[in-house]
Amino acid sequence: MTYILKPQLHHPSLPTNSLGYTRRDYEGSVSTLCAGCGHDSISSAIIQACFELELPPHRVAKLSGIGCSSKTPDYFLGASHGFNTVHGRMPSVLTGANLANRDLIYLGVSGDGDSASIGLGQFAHAIRRGVNMLYIVENNGVYGLTKGQFSATSDKGSKSKRGVVNHDAGIDMVSLALQMGATFVGRSFSGDKAQLVPLIKAGLAHKGAAFIDCISPCVQFNNHNGSTKSFDYVREHNEAVNRLDVITPRDPIHVDYKPGETVRVQQHDGSILSLHKLNELYNPSSRAQALGYLQARQARGQIVTGLLFVDPEAGDLHDAVGTVETPLNALGEAELVPGAAALDRINAALR
Amino acid sequence: MPESVKAGQPRINDFVVKFANVNGSGSASANGLFARSVMRMGVPVAARNIFPSNIQGLPTWYEVRVTEAGHLGRRGGVDLMVAMNPQTWDRDVAEIESGGYLFYDSTKPLPLARFRDDITVIGVPLTAMCNEAYELPRERQLFKNTIYVGALAALLGMETSAIEELLAEDFAGKDRLIKANVEALRMGIDYVQQHLAPIPLQVRRADAVGDRIYVEGNQAAGLGAVYGGATVCAWYPITPSTSLAEAFTSYCQDLRTDPETGKARYAIVQAEDEIASIGMVVGAGWNGCRAFTATSGPGVSLMTEFIGLSYFAEIPAVIFDVQRGGPSTGMPTRTQQADLLAAAYAGHGDTKHPMLLPADPGECFEMGSLAFDLADRLQTTIFVMLDLDIGMNEWLTKPFQWDDARRLDRGKVMTAEMLEAGADFGRYKEVDGDGIPYRTYPGTHPTKGGYFTRGTSRNPYARYSEEGAVYVDNMERLLRKFDTAKTLVPAPVLRPAKGKATDGVIYFGSTAPAMHEALEMLEAQGRRLNALRVRGFPFADEVFAFIAQHERIYVVEQNRDAQFRTLLTTEGDVDPAKLVPVLHYDGTPITARFIAGAIAERMQLGQIEAAE
Repeated sequence: MTYILKPQLHHPSLPTNSLGYTRRDYEGSVSTLCAGCGHDSISSAIIQACFELELPPHRVAKLSGIGCSSKTPDYFLGASHGFNTVHGRMPSVLTGANLANRDLIYLGVSGDGDSASIGLGQFAHAIRRGVNMLYIVENNGVYGLTKGQFSATSDKGSKSKRGVVNHDAGIDMVSLALQMGATFVGRSFSGDKAQLVPLIKAGLAHKGAAFIDCISPCVQFNNHNGSTKSFDYVREHNEAVNRLDVITPRDPIHVDYKPGETVRVQQHDGSILSLHKLNELYNPSSRAQALGYLQARQARGQIVTGLLFVDPEAGDLHDAVGTVETPLNALGEAELVPGAAALDRINAALR
Repeated sequence: MPESVKAGQPRINDFVVKFANVNGSGSASANGLFARSVMRMGVPVAARNIFPSNIQGLPTWYEVRVTEAGHLGRRGGVDLMVAMNPQTWDRDVAEIESGGYLFYDSTKPLPLARFRDDITVIGVPLTAMCNEAYELPRERQLFKNTIYVGALAALLGMETSAIEELLAEDFAGKDRLIKANVEALRMGIDYVQQHLAPIPLQVRRADAVGDRIYVEGNQAAGLGAVYGGATVCAWYPITPSTSLAEAFTSYCQDLRTDPETGKARYAIVQAEDEIASIGMVVGAGWNGCRAFTATSGPGVSLMTEFIGLSYFAEIPAVIFDVQRGGPSTGMPTRTQQADLLAAAYAGHGDTKHPMLLPADPGECFEMGSLAFDLADRLQTTIFVMLDLDIGMNEWLTKPFQWDDARRLDRGKVMTAEMLEAGADFGRYKEVDGDGIPYRTYPGTHPTKGGYFTRGTSRNPYARYSEEGAVYVDNMERLLRKFDTAKTLVPAPVLRPAKGKATDGVIYFGSTAPAMHEALEMLEAQGRRLNALRVRGFPFADEVFAFIAQHERIYVVEQNRDAQFRTLLTTEGDVDPAKLVPVLHYDGTPITARFIAGAIAERMQLGQIEAAE
């Protein structure tokens, strides 16, 4: 048996959302990742976020590349179509899928090996095209499936489980996403669900290229002393610049914070991002300031988390290409095939 | 100046003119004007560009075959050389047939040693005429081309009105340009009328063009993709395929813009590389769009991993491979049919892919649209194998046709209604015995029909499985699907000999017109051959029946390694000794003379061996 079926029994008193789905309806197969893997926490956060956003599960398309993180789309949203593509190439497949049907919600799940090494080019280009998606990198700084090699996001000077010191500079996916023009950029930590779930909700609701770098410790190969992606290290060096609440048009508005400490941003779909500032200096509406702040904190060994940049007015690839509102995969002969009369005119011009 | 040595016999509507030019000098439009003017007189032409991988400065040639008989392949040899490039003078002069003609710019005297004594030399002082008539260097350069067209028209007895008519059409609305070009044209005509006499190579009005159109294969294939319902094109520029994506773009702008909103019923993305191009195509195909990319050999190499995924995960995709000279960067602006094996078996593990083999732009249109039906029907990658010769040269071809009753075949797609009615959906489940499973588009139904697509082994219900028996079952089903493909790709076309023949010839693609002419040449020598033009892979049963019916089969192709022959011996139960390769791969389009010569030689050898 290479596939584990999950029991389909539901507890009768499980809460349902307005669509009548329980949280269980957003789950998938049983995870085959290692016990305690950070990626499973992220899957759980995705499930929670989709349940709370009340998304019809089948309207989400989940795509991934190759690696531990890329296996996870099997473990959430079991009724959705998923596509485990080839190594480092999920961004192009997601781009094509998005072009075909603009009405679905696209969730790309990848890892640091998949997106920062073989897939760095595709990552950058999907972001710069503004593909309407949420792209999550489950970042553990290590190749897990092949047992512990450094990945390109491993920090310079960090140590592998076998004691080898990494001599290459680490790639910061957040800075890269900002430079490539991502219109929603966040960083979080798989161990901080309270921070992660609202970020995922906001990213799913965002129109344009949304990116979340989620530090996700690998319990097998990168959770030791000397690693900069271990649970302990990330907890000690985590600097959250804000706390986010996502208020959908259906939600009653709660005010938990004192006025002046919160910023409200309305996205295209009507969702409101209520940002509680933890650092007064941090301004998530400035790309340049975000980049500068990240660089400065990174030099001090801090890992900045939270909603780091958002442009609520962003457009997407469909706006750029100028496609019709109807999904391209729903167009029929009448809209697509010009017919014999048009062909006669073309023939006449070629004589 | 050497005197005309041999006044050739009059040759009406049957000769080859070759223009030797410098790339970037503006000669292409003048040479094209010459070719189209001949066609306006009702005489078919076959015109081919032989150009370098360069924007400006390197040598380029344009060969125009004037052929009332309608031989649209290359014949081989040159009857009239228009030698406008000093860099290539010696080889250009050497290429002229004995008794042929050399046209050159006689502004500066050339030593006698630079000519041949068995050809007729025609000098027109083009540079001097331009320097006198024009001030600007660019004008001097561009109008020189128009002047030589005028001079040629007078030498070949062409109707000036045909050329003027085309100039008026080409520059419609730009009266100043029409006037300037007509003046330059007249300058050439007048010079010949005052100083020279027409030569025995003559163009006479005929009625042999009919309703045929004159178009490049890439343009035809791009239009085919529009008619085939393609909505997503992701591509990366690579010679010689670029103009295919550009033609699709331009036809879409005309034909696929929503008249009310001005919005696009298509999406075209110039990707960052070929890998991303095919990735987007696979993503769009997975999500229910008809999607394609256009590329050439190096691009196919890069796409190979995705093509394997498309095979195993069963995702429709269309790849137009406009083949060029390989390997590696090879001869990027020269033609070959050398990607056959790379395309047919692209991918790691056991993979194979259907290929369509168009022989002219008319078939590029037909197969360009058919490919999308086949991709949806077979849920796999379909290759349309053009080459530079068809793709980037304008060919005289039958007009495009479309039956308005034709419907796009979207293949086996399970809908929400079918799922609701209780259909048992297994993404990789054999249902009809043809190896083709049903698929669902993402987002079809809230609770049914969802599945996880992967390139990893799985069971009929798309669940991950590494069980050997499950894997083998699936691979066997994929073979059955490939068998089904055999019946769906275009059937081969038989061209029987006029009488009994023991030998046969198999050919495909752009070789067709030269092959047909070679068959006539061989027939005239009393050598009879039945000929089969193959149009699709996997091979139809008729192909192997044809091989079985003959003692010997010549397999004519444009590559070094006899790749088509390898496909035949790999896919069928064929004795390889029976298949005689006839190979042309110097980067220029194959000629009728080459084919006829190679086959005649081997047939003769065969007769001698039989006699011994």
